[in-house]
Amino acid sequence: MPAYLDTLTAKFPGAFATSEFRDNRRVLVSAERAGEVLVPLLRCLKDECGFDYLAELGGVDYLNYPGATDRYAVVYGLANTANAERLFVKAFANDPDPELPSVVDLWRGAEWMEREVFDLYGVRFAGHPDLRRILMPHEFAAHPLRKDYPLRGYGERHNFRSVTRAES
Amino acid sequence: MPLEAATPVVDEDIAGADREYLYTLNYGPQHPATHTTLRLILTLDGETVVKAVPDIGFLHSGFEKLGEDLDFNQYVTIVDRMNYISPFANECAWFEAVEKLLGVEPTPRCKYLRTILAELARISDHLLCVGAVGLDLGALTAFLYAFNQREKVYDIMESASGQRFHPSFCRVGGLMNDITDDVVAKVRAFVKTFPKAHADLTRLLNRNRIFVDRTKGIGVLTRDEAINMSCSGPVARASGVTRDLRKDEPYLAYPDLQDSFKVVCAKGGDCYNRYLVRMGEMAESLNIIKAAVENIPGGPVNVDLEDKLTIPDKQATYRSIEGLIQHFELFMWNRRWETPVEEVYGAQETANGELGFYVVADGSGRAWRARTRPPSLIHFSIFPHLMEGHQISDVPAILGSLNIIAAELDR
Repeated sequence: MPAYLDTLTAKFPGAFATSEFRDNRRVLVSAERAGEVLVPLLRCLKDECGFDYLAELGGVDYLNYPGATDRYAVVYGLANTANAERLFVKAFANDPDPELPSVVDLWRGAEWMEREVFDLYGVRFAGHPDLRRILMPHEFAAHPLRKDYPLRGYGERHNFRSVTRAES
Repeated sequence: MPLEAATPVVDEDIAGADREYLYTLNYGPQHPATHTTLRLILTLDGETVVKAVPDIGFLHSGFEKLGEDLDFNQYVTIVDRMNYISPFANECAWFEAVEKLLGVEPTPRCKYLRTILAELARISDHLLCVGAVGLDLGALTAFLYAFNQREKVYDIMESASGQRFHPSFCRVGGLMNDITDDVVAKVRAFVKTFPKAHADLTRLLNRNRIFVDRTKGIGVLTRDEAINMSCSGPVARASGVTRDLRKDEPYLAYPDLQDSFKVVCAKGGDCYNRYLVRMGEMAESLNIIKAAVENIPGGPVNVDLEDKLTIPDKQATYRSIEGLIQHFELFMWNRRWETPVEEVYGAQETANGELGFYVVADGSGRAWRARTRPPSLIHFSIFPHLMEGHQISDVPAILGSLNIIAAELDR
């Protein structure tokens, strides 16, 4: 077991589970605990365990996924720039109001990636300085990467307001 | 969940009563110096940029949603169109993740061929970036020299795969087909002729007074900021971050080629250093290609047909029952690959930085989630920070040095 997991276990007993697949090692934070524990846990990994680099931040929707108990997950891919070690922290969130604490205070690089997760999944990030849609138009009402959003859309394109030359 | 009323894109507080003279300029989405479809809302105080707010999404075409509908081999055509300047590198990164998920190890020959073509893609990408920065800053000649060489790379891609721009050459467990000697000959010719073009480019730009004046000290990113803002690739390495996945987590044929290249880094962190790192990386890439092309292993390019992962060739499909069965197994929606109900992240060092894919599989032959870690999105998010205190004429220099590809930015 790597040293950082010992540090985490000592500091946050019972707050997380671990799993492993191929070379990906994961720390899982449940939806109930994520609100209080996620940011301190990531801060501990960043400041004490050397994971100074947020390589990736992305959302997943587990609606009707085999064996899934929670609906949304946000995956934080951390890396250690000194020894190239990687660790994935996965925090879960659930309907009706999926929310996770923002990590922008820890890594400024998370800002746009969190905005993207909010835009495409509707997971809100508490404490984010500028949580707006990023890829979809501002007036767009749905979150298109959710599994209950159909591939061909709900017909938003037909409802786009057309602007005449006089109005523009 | 409907959104509340759309938030205004520029906040009003900076345009306070005492600063009414501030001028708002829309830069893009259709502007020749942005090269791709992106928009900047610049608040100007005379020529000085007080605030820059990027507005993206004009090219959003739901690539990741399509990744949940197409199977692993089909999605390669979409992956090609993300960073369309170096499409082959994207394919390698996608199959890095998929093959890690399936637990496949490509054959040595396949690894070498992928490495050579991915390095050519890197050269092609850096040439475009360097050439386009020159073009925007008034050095048109460099652009022409760069594009002349990019044609050669396209020719090699065409000989290998049949397509110049979007090769779609990788498949699960191998490549679409083996290469011919013609490709090897063309790569050897490129290795011989490229150093001259590289030297020409260096002479055209390195000490070009206008180019140096407009890039040196512009858009400085420190090492700590680069790490904190998740930068990777040449942008991070120009700021002194030594992270390079080819050295740190060697994949494909890089474990064998460790001695043939060095990681190019600089300390300045400005636009000029990013240019220098890209020029240096091209030379190193050429060394990798030089070493790899003379050592391409023999043997099959695809993993064994018995593994039931690769599409059998036409001979096997038409003339043997096993081949025919496997062909249909891989082309029927209810069959395809059997994946573990697991998820995996695979990343490679592409020309722009770390391109990763987070693939979640549900047991079927397509991804449940095909998340892309796009270097362009992360690099564009630092743009307002780099613009602080600079003038409007520095916008194309900074934008060009970050090499933002909007198709990858918006996906």
